[in-house]
Amino acid sequence: MAITVLFALSLNVITGFCGQVSLGHAAFYGIGAYAGAMLTKAGWPLLAALLPAAGLAGFIGFLVGLMSLRVRHDFLAITTMGIAFLFVGIVRKQEWLGGEIGISGIPAVAFGREGLLLVAVACAGIFAAVTIYLKRSWMGFAFDSIADDEDTARILGIDVPRFKLWAFVIGTSGAGIAGALYAHHVRYIGPDSFGFVESVTVLAMVIIGGIGSVWAVALAAAVLSVLPLWFQFVDDYKLLIYGLLVFAVMRFSPNGIAGALQNLKRRPR
Amino acid sequence: MLLKVSEVTVEFGGVTAVADLSLEIGQGELIGIIGPNGAGKTTLMRVITGMVRPTSGRVLLRGLDITHWTIDQRVRSGLALAQQIVKPLATFTLAENVALACGSRRMGSPWQAMTTIDRNLELERARALLEMMGIGGAADDYPSEVPLGYLKCLELARALALEPDLILLDEPLAGLNQAEAAQMADRIASLVTATRSIILIEHNLREVIRICPKLFVQDHGGNLDFGPTQQVMANPKVRAAYLGEGAG
Repeated sequence: MAITVLFALSLNVITGFCGQVSLGHAAFYGIGAYAGAMLTKAGWPLLAALLPAAGLAGFIGFLVGLMSLRVRHDFLAITTMGIAFLFVGIVRKQEWLGGEIGISGIPAVAFGREGLLLVAVACAGIFAAVTIYLKRSWMGFAFDSIADDEDTARILGIDVPRFKLWAFVIGTSGAGIAGALYAHHVRYIGPDSFGFVESVTVLAMVIIGGIGSVWAVALAAAVLSVLPLWFQFVDDYKLLIYGLLVFAVMRFSPNGIAGALQNLKRRPR
Repeated sequence: MLLKVSEVTVEFGGVTAVADLSLEIGQGELIGIIGPNGAGKTTLMRVITGMVRPTSGRVLLRGLDITHWTIDQRVRSGLALAQQIVKPLATFTLAENVALACGSRRMGSPWQAMTTIDRNLELERARALLEMMGIGGAADDYPSEVPLGYLKCLELARALALEPDLILLDEPLAGLNQAEAAQMADRIASLVTATRSIILIEHNLREVIRICPKLFVQDHGGNLDFGPTQQVMANPKVRAAYLGEGAG
């Protein structure tokens, strides 16, 4: 749950704060997972592996961000979707990354499953705190302006490409940490664990929570990641349920749970 | 010389929108650019702000070649633009719209932006600017809640918030009634200082002639005349081309 919350919050920086739709975020989750798994298999402790996993995901995120600067809206969504397919396609052909089979035998963490849970909760908590800080800072203000209308933001002197790149780097680094934690939670990863469906699933969590709202996205990610574990039918029909929820949110409360609660608060008695 | 546009030509797929135009503006000047629809006025302004790249020619700001600079680089270097179609940030209040402009020079780098939490200084400045524009009472309203006249004032306030050396105004009087237009024109004239110049593109000839000491007349992408207002308006070619009167 904490890993999914961290993953969703990382996408929230890019899509929620900065308004850049990403349909390929699972690729960065995958980069972090593969980097973390390879490093701990090479003898690194998990805590030490988190930083390079975040760094690599952030670096690739920077490159993807650079490529994405010239495209907007639907075109950006299609470009990032391409990244998701590219990641799976490349990893499948790399024998040193386990190819189609993936990486198994990822070492158990020294501090046990409870320890891993604590680390995941701490990482999600720290990332949530960082994003709340970002939202309140001038950077959050600039992100809001870019999400609103990037042409107007430029006219007001905002260096839109640089701010977008920062959003990509921060968001993809967070996904890298989440991926490394995930790899050590399941202890087996394959290319299909980070496909297009995972990218759409995490985007659904951000939309259902309320694009841009840290606590609502965290809540939606927590609930949606736990429900399939509690109820078998939710797991069986996960995509259908997520799809229906996204449809309902778009129809009745385009700003997600956060928007619905705000409207309730504002409604005159 | 504050701004120099040198032999600029802009072509869009074989159509010449601006043809070999040159324009200079010094510090503390107010220049009106007039011309019929399709004369290339807005294209010239877009070349100056960086929204359109010229096919040939150069744009110099305080002697620096800014032809290939991005819009935000030019804005942080002293240019400000108020567009013909008012484009406020819809999810920001009027005060926040102006505050963002107030802080954009100081928060040029994302690192500075990330390490700065306090927006009160900028919001205070924004409120003072909105007050100066006569719309202080609407500072906490959203753009969708105020009339067009307020949004025109908001555009001016945002431009001023950038602390520019040169403000480019694209038809700021469009859509305003006669009284509002006269009031806005007076406000524009009052913004010119020893260190701040204004280029005003406007169709409202009466107000342009009233407040601009110099006129630049564009027609078919080229320059018909440039000089003191009285002299330009006395030019038979200008009267013929722009006012539709017979030359001579």
